[in-house]
Amino acid sequence: MYNREQLRERAEKAINKKGAIGPDINLDDFDDAAVPHSYLADEDLCQLPEPEQQRLVMAGMDLTQKNRGGTYLQKDTEVIHCHTRQDGIEVIPIKKALEKYDWIEEYYWKLASVETDKYTAAAELGLHDGYVIRALPGAKSIYPVQACLYLDKDGLQQNVHNIIIAEEDSELHIITGCSTSPHMKTGLHVGVSEFYVKKNAKLSFTMIHNWAEKMLVRPRSVAEVEEGGLFLNNYICMRPVQSLQMYPTTYLKGDDSTARFYSIIVGSPGSEYDIGGRIFLKNQGSRAEIISRAISNGGNIIARGHLIGEVPDIKAHLECRGLLLNGGIIHAIPELEGHVDGVEMSHEAAVGKIAQEEITYLMSRGLSEDEATSTIVRGFLSVDIPGLPPQLKAEIDKAIEESDKDVM
Amino acid sequence: MLQIEDLKVELADKEILKHIDLEIHPGETHILFGPNGSGKTSLLMTIMGYPQYKITGGKIVFKGEDITHLPINERAQLGIGMSYQRPPTINGLKTRQMVHLCAKTDIDEEDLAARVNFTEFLDRDINAGFSGGEIKRSELLQLMAQNPDLMLFDEPESGVDMENMALVGKTIATLLQRNGFQEANSTKMKSKLERKKMGLIITHTGYIMDYLTGDKGQVLYDGMLSCISNPREILNCVAESGYKECVRCITESN
Repeated sequence: MYNREQLRERAEKAINKKGAIGPDINLDDFDDAAVPHSYLADEDLCQLPEPEQQRLVMAGMDLTQKNRGGTYLQKDTEVIHCHTRQDGIEVIPIKKALEKYDWIEEYYWKLASVETDKYTAAAELGLHDGYVIRALPGAKSIYPVQACLYLDKDGLQQNVHNIIIAEEDSELHIITGCSTSPHMKTGLHVGVSEFYVKKNAKLSFTMIHNWAEKMLVRPRSVAEVEEGGLFLNNYICMRPVQSLQMYPTTYLKGDDSTARFYSIIVGSPGSEYDIGGRIFLKNQGSRAEIISRAISNGGNIIARGHLIGEVPDIKAHLECRGLLLNGGIIHAIPELEGHVDGVEMSHEAAVGKIAQEEITYLMSRGLSEDEATSTIVRGFLSVDIPGLPPQLKAEIDKAIEESDKDVM
Repeated sequence: MLQIEDLKVELADKEILKHIDLEIHPGETHILFGPNGSGKTSLLMTIMGYPQYKITGGKIVFKGEDITHLPINERAQLGIGMSYQRPPTINGLKTRQMVHLCAKTDIDEEDLAARVNFTEFLDRDINAGFSGGEIKRSELLQLMAQNPDLMLFDEPESGVDMENMALVGKTIATLLQRNGFQEANSTKMKSKLERKKMGLIITHTGYIMDYLTGDKGQVLYDGMLSCISNPREILNCVAESGYKECVRCITESN
């Protein structure tokens, strides 16, 4: 068993350290005591109460598991379902991995730093659980693996740590939903995630989040991509949340490694989002792309992006588009940093309202003004994501479709 | 039928159409000439119902209904459609979806697109990076799906290469039920009698007239329709002596 004494000591020093950006949260306002829930067998998943099922399905979960290569489901602090359905793809609760497997030491807190801030510290000192999903060398996901972190207990602070490993030449697709029960009002989700994409591996990670209106969310993610690897990261959050701040970092540390980040955010009144992505291009032939679409109908959205080109012959592009539909603020902060000759980096950012001429164009084809507006909004949110399996694309489209009525 | 009576229009507080009288009967196509800035596009946009073109006098009647103050989409639903010169890009909206939005009924967009050689554009965002000729074919594809009774074409030849000109010309002729592009088992005379579609086409070059002969030509000059004549005669006159002379010659001879 992994002795985490040193990690704990380092974490202790950071328990009061505020996050670098984003509103500070008083952790004393939340309770992180364990909440017992019983483990569910496969057939029990479909027996969950209807409202709960709905919330899970909205977050991209397939409770029949027919079209999934594995499932991890955590409710509050407990793992209530975890198993894999495909050889070569492992799904393990992280606490179990820390107890049983030596190899986890090579990954646990090796990219993310435990003393980053009070949230990483809390994730170590009060770790509830989390998932380890690993594709063995050469394994290819047939169906995506699904993971869901579900919050049910009002006022809970959920601390999770996830590790995702795509071994050499593997292909792994994951869909993760975070969601809260319909009666849940407030809570804090702290989630540390570390991604390892090894040589020539391909990892797609699609997050569909449905939080509660008074939820506070602080994910802390770091990824590294080796030679020829591809990391595709999609984030969709179309529901209200009180405060969500994340700034995941990716290191492209092998030749010809690629990272592409897509995010689609709808900011409701009273919601505050500070979302971005930072990608270091450290080797020749590295490619990075950050694409974000933000709509505010009254919420405050900060859309960040930071690309750092450290060697020649890299290519990076950042695209940030914001649409103000009904008040609110969209603050786009795109940053490009070229450190040597021979980098090719660009960004485009635009914040505005729907162009009247687009509305009238559609109206001249017979659509009413409302139909025209929602058609344009849906188009705005629909982003082509090359390399994403059609099934996951369909989940994203579904989330957009679902939120359509809320957006308007 | 489209009837326009003593129409006056302002754009951004500036009078751009001073006095327009125009009648297009079922089955008729009119060719609209006029120098740059004379208000041709404005006339089309006003008929389509764009709110920035403020009608300060006169009226527009379509199919017996006064549409002077009807919103754009209701005019479209009544059967008015337009092919634009520079339509806006709508990001994320695929041409395929756009074609479906235009059609009130179920259509086979692949089949329609094949007719204007546009199949490979169906999964592209509408108008995104389209060349001049591609825009024309896209606009025609949308009109084919929409199938309106009155079609307004804003310079359908501009930016179209010689090869595609034939395709564009024949497609417009078919849309307007013109010139030997009649249904099978129908004689020329019969198809003329059965023809119901109305058209108003802006042209500078007159290339479109190689594919369909308009019933009437109109010259819009200085905010007024200054001449009604055979479209080919107008074209010849303008080519020889320019709009100013052309309008004068006809006004004087009247």
